[in-house]
Amino acid sequence: MLIRRSSPPGIPSSEITDEKLYWSRREWLASVGFGLAGAGLPGLQGEALKPTPYDLVTGYNNFYEFGTGKDDPKANAHTLKPKPWGIVVEGDVKRPGVYDLDDFFRGLAPEERVYRHRCVEAWSMVAPWLGYPLRDVIKRLEPGPKARYVEFITLLDPVQMPGQRRRVLDWPYLEGLRMDEAMHPLTLLVVGVYGKPLPNQNGAPVRLVVPWKYGFKGGKSIVRIRFVEQQPRNTWNIAAPNEYGFYANVNPAVDHPRWSQARERPLGQFFMKPTLMFNGYADQVASLYAGMDLRVNY
Amino acid sequence: MTEAQAIRRLVKPALWLAGLTPLAWQVWAFFTGHLEAEPVKGMEHFTGRTALVILFITLSVTPLRRLTGWNGIIKVRRLIGLFAFFYALVHFSIFLVFDLALSFGDLTREVVKRPWITVGFSALLLLAVLAATSPQAMVRRLGRRWRTLHRLIYVAAALGVLHFTWAQKKDIRLPLIYAGVLAGILALRLVPARAAVRPGPLRRR
Repeated sequence: MLIRRSSPPGIPSSEITDEKLYWSRREWLASVGFGLAGAGLPGLQGEALKPTPYDLVTGYNNFYEFGTGKDDPKANAHTLKPKPWGIVVEGDVKRPGVYDLDDFFRGLAPEERVYRHRCVEAWSMVAPWLGYPLRDVIKRLEPGPKARYVEFITLLDPVQMPGQRRRVLDWPYLEGLRMDEAMHPLTLLVVGVYGKPLPNQNGAPVRLVVPWKYGFKGGKSIVRIRFVEQQPRNTWNIAAPNEYGFYANVNPAVDHPRWSQARERPLGQFFMKPTLMFNGYADQVASLYAGMDLRVNY
Repeated sequence: MTEAQAIRRLVKPALWLAGLTPLAWQVWAFFTGHLEAEPVKGMEHFTGRTALVILFITLSVTPLRRLTGWNGIIKVRRLIGLFAFFYALVHFSIFLVFDLALSFGDLTREVVKRPWITVGFSALLLLAVLAATSPQAMVRRLGRRWRTLHRLIYVAAALGVLHFTWAQKKDIRLPLIYAGVLAGILALRLVPARAAVRPGPLRRR
């Protein structure tokens, strides 16, 4: 597998003529690209991103398909068979069909991105993901004019996913993004972590990672991608609409009804640190939500 | 050895040992890195569950006494109840130190703003009142009213279980088991006591 480390996504020159955009891009490169390489470049807010140890990233997971305990997924996910894996593409798109996962990404180079990961439960980590910018995948599929949202449907198979035998959530797990969110260069389809294929408990073989949103937006073990006109439903919003929204942008100013989101606890640590607006990616993504009331669209 | 001596020399030391074991386990885990990936949450959950379990044991003393006729067992109830309060206090202290960084302003806000914390905090306050009125001198001073006051333990236990349930994100199987156990213990009180051992006026030493 060819891995392009720290490589910038293909941003058209039209997008980088503006000086402000240019500098935000530099910052973004520093934050996502060079953290792991240890080049000493400061990330956003002058903080270098140090990845959370592998054992924590792969041993402390919310993946209810394998149990509701944090260590359940690692213990139980061996029943998942991530290869071969098919992805169905449907909806308003020029190239619908059933793709083998290898064909789905053929010709694209995976990139390593060190991202902050903020769970809605107020813990956080930093993970060196390996993935493909979703926008590159979407461009190849050529969505039509009615494709205003992208819906992600994950595996429904109580044999491979024993947690689905209980209806603790509505299965399968659903997530969705607005098209501009899906096309944002930070949004990734992740296939690996720490330079290795994604372990089953982290959502093998392919999952979504949207670093400025709470972790539950990152659907795991995706089997279907749908281009739709209406805002898709998402599982946690169905489960508790007053607690989990569609947007789920990390926002220290908007509390979860039962706890504050102002601070977060990095895995393995005792004390909390402030949570950053849009999880520290405000310079890159705040414009997507200009004019929106983020208290209403939580 | 008389029964009183057995309780003093054997039962109470054993209870002290048992009561301090959960704390010892947490201290050991703290210093040897055996806590969970979210160590604070792990400690909070552990001490909270421990407080509830010990509270349930406290509530089991009377049914046990009535069912077995072993009246001497009542002499260890206060000690067990104080351990329940102790773990509730440790649970709260971890929250105050690690989650709120000792900010009493934040504490007030959390208690006022979040019903599930209001409920847990109320349970802690009730247990504090019961602990404060547990010494022999207070029992004597309060007389009849002591028993009425100490019925608040039922409220504290119910609030504790509600707090535990409310703390869950989605999966409430474990809190429901706790609720079932509590209901079972309380239901035992409805079983008529054996006539011979029907408790008379409470005498404590």
